[in-house]
Amino acid sequence: MSAVTESAAWRGSARVLGWLGISGRTLVIAVPMLWFLVFFLVPFFVLGRISLAEVIIARPPYTPLFERGPEGELEIIAGLQNYRFLFEDALYRNAYFSSIRIAVISTVFALLIGYPIAYYIARSPEPRRSILLLMVILPFWTSFLLRVYAWMGFLRREGVINNMLMSMGVIDTPLVMLQTDFAVLIGIVYTYLPFMILPLYANLTKLDDAHLEAAADLGASPMVTFFTVTLPLSMPGIIAGSMLVFIPAIGEYVIPALLGGPDTLMIGRVLWDEFFSSRDWPVASAVAIVMLVLVVAPIMWLQSIQNRRELD
Amino acid sequence: MGRGWFLPMAVVAGFVFLYAPIISLVVFSFNESRLVTVWGGFSTRWYGELIRDRQILGAAWISLQVAFASATVATVIGTLAAFVLTRFGSFRGRLLLTGMATAPLVMPEVITGLSLLLLFVSMELTLGWPAGRGLTTIIIAHTTFCAAFVAVIAQSRLRDMDESLEEAARDLGAGPVRVFFDITLPVIAPALVAGWLLAFTLSLDDLVIASFVSGPGASTLPMVIFSKVRLGVSPDVNALATIIIGIVTVSVIIAGVLMRRRAARGG
Amino acid sequence: MVEPRMTQPAPAKALAADTKPWRDPGAEPFISIRGITKRFGVFTAVDDVSLDIFRGELFCLLGGSGCGKSTLLRMLAGFEVPTEGQVLIDGQDMSGVPPDKRPTNMMFQSYALFPHMTVEKNVAYGLLREGKPKREAYARVAEMLKLVKLEAFARRKPHQLSGGQRQRVALARSLIKQPKLLLLDEPLGALDKKLREETQFELIRIQETLGVTFIVVTHDQDEAMTLATRIGVMDEGKIRQVGEPREIYEEPNSKFVADFIGSVNLFEGQVDTAAPDLMRIRTEEAGPLVTLPRPGLNRNQQVWIALRPERIGLSRARPENTANVVPGVVQEVGYMGHMSNFRVKLESGRVIRVTQSSQLRDEDPISWDEPVFASWSPSAARVLTE
Repeated sequence: MSAVTESAAWRGSARVLGWLGISGRTLVIAVPMLWFLVFFLVPFFVLGRISLAEVIIARPPYTPLFERGPEGELEIIAGLQNYRFLFEDALYRNAYFSSIRIAVISTVFALLIGYPIAYYIARSPEPRRSILLLMVILPFWTSFLLRVYAWMGFLRREGVINNMLMSMGVIDTPLVMLQTDFAVLIGIVYTYLPFMILPLYANLTKLDDAHLEAAADLGASPMVTFFTVTLPLSMPGIIAGSMLVFIPAIGEYVIPALLGGPDTLMIGRVLWDEFFSSRDWPVASAVAIVMLVLVVAPIMWLQSIQNRRELD
Repeated sequence: MGRGWFLPMAVVAGFVFLYAPIISLVVFSFNESRLVTVWGGFSTRWYGELIRDRQILGAAWISLQVAFASATVATVIGTLAAFVLTRFGSFRGRLLLTGMATAPLVMPEVITGLSLLLLFVSMELTLGWPAGRGLTTIIIAHTTFCAAFVAVIAQSRLRDMDESLEEAARDLGAGPVRVFFDITLPVIAPALVAGWLLAFTLSLDDLVIASFVSGPGASTLPMVIFSKVRLGVSPDVNALATIIIGIVTVSVIIAGVLMRRRAARGG
Repeated sequence: MVEPRMTQPAPAKALAADTKPWRDPGAEPFISIRGITKRFGVFTAVDDVSLDIFRGELFCLLGGSGCGKSTLLRMLAGFEVPTEGQVLIDGQDMSGVPPDKRPTNMMFQSYALFPHMTVEKNVAYGLLREGKPKREAYARVAEMLKLVKLEAFARRKPHQLSGGQRQRVALARSLIKQPKLLLLDEPLGALDKKLREETQFELIRIQETLGVTFIVVTHDQDEAMTLATRIGVMDEGKIRQVGEPREIYEEPNSKFVADFIGSVNLFEGQVDTAAPDLMRIRTEEAGPLVTLPRPGLNRNQQVWIALRPERIGLSRARPENTANVVPGVVQEVGYMGHMSNFRVKLESGRVIRVTQSSQLRDEDPISWDEPVFASWSPSAARVLTE
């Protein structure tokens, strides 16, 4: 029973690798591992390192962390000055708080709008269910930027909403909606709504009809059943969906840039301006590091839910 | 109980919210007037202007190249990551790889963009590569976060797949590499196609990361659109949006129909 | 060559040792499992199992879910590496030999047919991996498909076949390389009852035609009784008893095996006296009972009497000339057509199960709440010590 399964070339290279002490298995692990190490993990260390440097007018526009002194000794010129600056300047503090506030409010609204839709889809019979699901996903496949742009046309002074309200005689003077925090909230809820609906839907379809029937059988009204059975059981979906909206919302740049006013402070926008306008890379890095601290906890939470789902 | 009418109403309102802006975008792309939101008669003049806009066409070409390359590399890396995580049992660094392959999904784009740019700059200083920034750096950046999306899709398919298929092939005398190409890959192929398409769209769509890691002469389509709409609404962007929405809608519907047919046949 | 496995009242000792090599202490085993253990973390799936299996056998590993039978099978196939112990196939140590290099093939419970390949390609897969030329391989495939009566379906994809047809493709695919040993994991588990009974005999026919050694894992005792030359009863990772189907049923070595195979009434008791030809046992639930003697028992030793329900007679009048007679009242009657199940409450309060076959049409059958006498001969019961 001789198994001539692999080509000579493969066996040859396998022998060379084996001779180097590397198995095929290690090689297969190494490819994705190295890619993510170099292009995902290492960049954070670079980010951290540069956040400790000082800005200079040069290429690259930051100081090295070590310098040779006159006698050739190593001098450390790294410092926490950028972080101190962030905490002392009200602009950054306000930007962080405002980002959190906007992200929380839009997450709550996305949940309030998304839950009934997810519930309805999950309870729908085929083929309606597939069609509705497709309709939720469809906008997600079209350009994010263009969807935000669509709201510019909607919310403008002479935009669709104002034109409609004025022609119906509801208002005399156009409402100011664009370039407000309200517009930013709408933009975030709008673009991230599918991220809320999909995990909720995935969770709610698994809900066993028998649970609901049992609750009804035991005398619970539909409303009571919803609050005592459906809602608690869909908690993992609620958390996953909320994190998927909250995390990107915190760092959002495009939406506040297009829909927000000059006084809409969001940390992603501050970072962008710090980098592209002020060209202060070290401060931008420090801003990013602090933002990272804000999103690490929600990311871990999300991950733990994902892991639990795997174990089921 | 009020739920009888509340739920359908909420769903209809939700879908109106999702689709009204998109529909108005499309409607006003056929508007004669330059004022995007005031109807001035039907016209296709903005489509004509769009076709003559060299800047937009050039950026679209760059975006397509980037999207094609990064979706392809991301599919390879994402599939390997998913395979390793679902089939290799425990190995050193497993937890690290799990984290690294999922965190890019939710990492705020400004952080990913900035940190990758700083990496490229430091690498250029110390290794001399990549020389400057442009197509290559955008492709690497996009590949990284797209690979995470592909990994998620491929992992869920690999988990659903009956592992005894692979064992049966081993049992019949195929080595591990052979099993991967003969059995695993063909079985998960539909998921990989879906992953590739998702990666392609995500790459086409990205503005923030590309803005950080691109260099002069490598402006992607979203970068050009962004610089246009920043100054206000502009009807040729509506025309462009309509074309994109049209392509996406048609392909999603075709994909949906194909998948349903497949499911009906396989089920 | 291979002995018929229909349970027939064969005079066991008269059979030659060469058709039942396990009765010959000098016979060379074909598969030798030596002290094999498999632990997953703290859980021990297979616990120090040793087993010899002979050429041409159809050996059944029988047990409930989670008893370790599948893990044992997977260790033979090479999908699991034993924590301790070794497996020898035809004298060769299998330690460190990957599944693709073993002289075994396996038929999977899910069949594991490659969904993207036709029936023909599925069956040919093993031969092509061996490096057989295509023409030769497909000629063999055609033969094999004939054997499993699937010639007409060669070009179909697995999802276009019925459950029974898929099962036969899986069998053909696992037999195409003419393995020395075929491992079958619940081969009939996914079929419905009627098809399962037909397929059992089909499986025996194919096994006899090809002369391959089979090891079958099953949780279905009827299936094991019909198929097997010998059965290994497994529980909690251990082999509890190995024997021919008759032995397992008639001479279980423990309460567990007696209870697992078929149904049984167990009476706890102590040995009273062991006369040369009969043994007396005191029980609380049924009074003193008489059984055939079993050597090696001491007076007052704790024993259990295992009594199959169909070995018990029921009558309204006290039977004469029967060693064991216990009065009781019928509590429940389950009429099954070809037989009836009774639950009889004895005076001690203990309820026993009795089965009566409907050999004669009974105009006045025993019914609910009737006082009756349950009786059996000394040879009907078996005395167990564990």
